[in-house]
Amino acid sequence: MEPILRVDHLTHTYSEGTPFERNAVEDMSLSVMPGEFLGIIGHTGSGKSTLIQHLNGLLKPTSGRVYLAGEDIWARPREIRRVRFRVGLVFQYPEYQLFEETAFEDIAFGPRNMGLDEKEIDQRVRSAAAFVGLEEDQLHRSPFELSGGQKRRVAIAGVIAMEPEVLILDEPTAGLDPNGREKILGQIRAYHRAKGNTVILVSHSMEEIARNVDRIAVLHRAHIYMDGTPAQVFARAKELTDIGLDVPQVTKVAHALRQRGIPVDGSVYTVEELQRQLLALKGGGGGC
Amino acid sequence: MLKDITLGQYFPGNTLIHRLDPRTKLLCVVLYIVALFCAKWFVSYGLVAAVLITCIRISRVKLKTMTKGLKTVYIIVAFTAVMNLFFTGGEPVADLPILRHISQAGIYAAVFMVLRIIMLIMGTFLLTYTTSPISLTDALDSLFSPLKKLHVPIHELTLMMSLALRFIPTLIEETDKIMSAQKARGADFESGNILRRARALVPILVPLFVSAFRRADELATAMECRCYHGGEGRTALHVLRYARRDFAALALFVLLVIAVIVLRRFGL
Ligand SMILES: Nc1ncnc2c1ncn2[C@@H]1O[C@H](COP(=O)(O)OP(=O)(O)O)[C@@H](O)[C@H]1O
Ligand SMILES: [Mg+2]
Repeated sequence: MEPILRVDHLTHTYSEGTPFERNAVEDMSLSVMPGEFLGIIGHTGSGKSTLIQHLNGLLKPTSGRVYLAGEDIWARPREIRRVRFRVGLVFQYPEYQLFEETAFEDIAFGPRNMGLDEKEIDQRVRSAAAFVGLEEDQLHRSPFELSGGQKRRVAIAGVIAMEPEVLILDEPTAGLDPNGREKILGQIRAYHRAKGNTVILVSHSMEEIARNVDRIAVLHRAHIYMDGTPAQVFARAKELTDIGLDVPQVTKVAHALRQRGIPVDGSVYTVEELQRQLLALKGGGGGC
Repeated sequence: MLKDITLGQYFPGNTLIHRLDPRTKLLCVVLYIVALFCAKWFVSYGLVAAVLITCIRISRVKLKTMTKGLKTVYIIVAFTAVMNLFFTGGEPVADLPILRHISQAGIYAAVFMVLRIIMLIMGTFLLTYTTSPISLTDALDSLFSPLKKLHVPIHELTLMMSLALRFIPTLIEETDKIMSAQKARGADFESGNILRRARALVPILVPLFVSAFRRADELATAMECRCYHGGEGRTALHVLRYARRDFAALALFVLLVIAVIVLRRFGL
């Protein structure tokens, strides 16, 4: 199968030719399959936001290429807007981009730019609002009257309403309380299941990534440091902690158990899986 | 990107120029400008240019950065050059098409005007490249403090200036971010007639104003929490003090002005 997105030896240099020159992304290569749920994790400043802004053509590579469904996105620079409708990007703290008089109108901004007719726009706004759990009366309020979590959901709906083939979210849970965080993650999961579209989730929390994605790319100092399934990545827990990233708590427990001579798999990252393995070790016996 | 504008940007460093007292630098720039405007002929321009180039060399600011800053004013320079070239009276240089409208005096006027503008800009850029905005406003505060006796609110004015300087990069960054976010939703700022382009600004300006007001509000609260109560009796963390190098620098620039005025008398 052909990857929906392919990044080929991408390098991006900010402020080229000034004393502040620096490579935020260096020689990164990455493929994303259709329908895949990819997690991108890394420290603040590791280049996550810079990388994803190349995927919809907001930033132009200093060198290297980005392919969408096999086609170089910069082959026709004049039509870069089409790429942006196909690869939807939700920025970090997206609630600061709201500007319309009602939440409905704000969500409709993207579809309207696509040149859709009013009926189609109405239908898309409603379905996007349903995905993020916004209610009818909230749609007709000013976005500035909504709570922080609701504002963010309006902003996410604004991108979902364009019905992109790839949905990218840059730290969508940053600054929310645990409750709001779980709610948004649940909605993203549900969106991925219902649509079967490609979703890329950027985060710096391992717990968050571990429970949601099919594959993880670990970014470190402008490079891709690891790329694999959660099990493959967490099996290298030592290297992750060495670069200062956390591993999920259950993975830590599993590694501690192994050190005490209990032969559980070091790459578990869900409580259920560890429980299953421990029960199996006890000799397939029933409860604890 | 917007951020690449280097106009008035500070490049930290630790050279002699960076270490000079900001008041000295400010006064030296004033003296330098006076010298530049008194310069009459190549000799005096050469002298001023030599001082400028020496200062740039000492400051280790790259020549590329200097010329990059000039890019924003190329058009003005070209325009004044053409105006001076064609509209200065005098003997035409030759009786040929076009050349008929150009006098020798016009050529000199154009050359000197261009030199003057470029050197003026480079001199002031060197000041902002080597002095942080905060120490510049400290310098202004200190230099203008005698006016406080006349009840001119110098402290408030310089505070406003340093806040504005502090927030310009933040606002530019914010504008960049908001523009990107709206472009990600298919906003188009580059095509259409004037009316459409003006309308396209709404999705940028509304969030920008909202965030600017929020920031201003937060800043005011933060200042009040730290008991800010105006300039009365306020002391500075970094007290400005003139050192020997400051007197040397001032003396050098006073000499420069005197030299240029003397040269002017001899028509050089
Ligand atoms: N617009 C910009 N101009 C200059 N440098 C930038 C810009 N955006 C990011 N950087 C720098 O690039 C590096 C990577 O930033 P970013 O991609 O935002 O990382 P992350 O999203 O992983 O926190 C950082 O060191 C940051 O300071
Ligand atoms: Mg980021």
